[in-house]
Amino acid sequence: MFWTSYFLAVLAIVLAWPVPILLSRAHWPARDPFTAMLLWQAIGLAGGLSMIGAMLVYGLEPVGDNLIAGLRALAGMVFQNAPTTALGFWHLFALSAAALLTAHLVFTLLLTYYKIERQRRRHRELLALLASPSTDGTGTVVINHDSPVAYCLPGGARSVTVLSDGLMAALEPAELRAVLIHENAHLNQRHHLLLWAFAAWRQALPWLPTTRLAQEAVNSLIEMLADDVALKTESKATLIKAIAIVASGSAVPQAAPAIGRGELAGQGLQLPDGAGGSGSASTTASRVSRLLSPRAPLPAPLRAAVLAVCVLLLAMPTALLIVPGLLG
Amino acid sequence: MASLGELERAVMDLLWAGREAATANTLRDLLAQSTVAQGGAAGHVGKDLAVTTVLTVLSRLEKKGLVERERGMRPHRYQAVSSREDHTAELMHEVLGSAPDREAVLARFIGSVTESEAETLRKLLGHS
Repeated sequence: MFWTSYFLAVLAIVLAWPVPILLSRAHWPARDPFTAMLLWQAIGLAGGLSMIGAMLVYGLEPVGDNLIAGLRALAGMVFQNAPTTALGFWHLFALSAAALLTAHLVFTLLLTYYKIERQRRRHRELLALLASPSTDGTGTVVINHDSPVAYCLPGGARSVTVLSDGLMAALEPAELRAVLIHENAHLNQRHHLLLWAFAAWRQALPWLPTTRLAQEAVNSLIEMLADDVALKTESKATLIKAIAIVASGSAVPQAAPAIGRGELAGQGLQLPDGAGGSGSASTTASRVSRLLSPRAPLPAPLRAAVLAVCVLLLAMPTALLIVPGLLG
Repeated sequence: MASLGELERAVMDLLWAGREAATANTLRDLLAQSTVAQGGAAGHVGKDLAVTTVLTVLSRLEKKGLVERERGMRPHRYQAVSSREDHTAELMHEVLGSAPDREAVLARFIGSVTESEAETLRKLLGHS
């Protein structure tokens, strides 16, 4: 039991700090965004699992030889008033921390979902009154605005892709098609679920390097995935031109985000560095450089190795927590 | 019969176009007129429309914070809270702004870029 909790704690620390820093600096994710996305998810899940697991196993050490026996003993103490004298202060502390962290993660996940849904609903209500349906297809609307803007608002059957007048005027038909395919790829591949999970993860533990790095990486990986879908039907030159036109038309003066950040800080909200403006700016740059000088996709053996690491990351803490109980 | 969504849109269009506050009766008449004028092409917005339906639509819009009612006077007169342009600006601010969780709410084709980056991209565009 003690060695299990020790190992899980080391795993949690490694996944919280050095691993995400190394992965965020690596160049291969641009060559295989899908596999990189799986790895980030595995790191997040395994990190959370080992964090909670380590505390739980440590706290239950005196009352059971394994997690399942320990949890059974704990249930006896909580529900049947069995004596709690076996548990010392630090054991109780670890158990409370595990329970609090679990509740905090679940609660933040739900709260983030609620907030996102509320904003989307409001946005959709206004769109229904302001935007007119586009001739390009169902689920696409046009809004009367001069900046070249394209975005999609996920919402199941009510998902909608929004284009501005300015965008329609600035782009050639093929470029417009590339933009639409890109946005539809976000909706088809359910990227909003990934964004939600990683936004909640960061909201819950903002001081942990892994949550910020993971969110930034995921933001940029989904753009690459959507670009790859657009490249299946449209040429690379068309997509690059569309990106360049939209980006050069929607540039914001560098001072503006700084003011916004100051205001937010004044209201007690903190926007970590690298969020918003600068974070997405590097996304655009890496997208364009990836299209301009493409590199070969990851070789199959390397890809298989990364996938094996993903499986191991999830299997290891799960097995350490559950298997001793099943065997014993 | 038009859906409530279509009616909401038609009512907001009328309120945004008109300068003054209007009663539900006036709005109903205007809706009927616009249907006749367009030969029913834009749906059947004003056909067989009851004033109670217009009131339902108005109360829904009021709940959404888009319409306000002048109190104290009967019949109530309704007007738009802010102009169409202001609402569009509000939407675009949400899209273009740097709200922390914006990225989770909607996915933009291009995130905000800095002025220097836009300059690089413009150059790229000039050479292609």
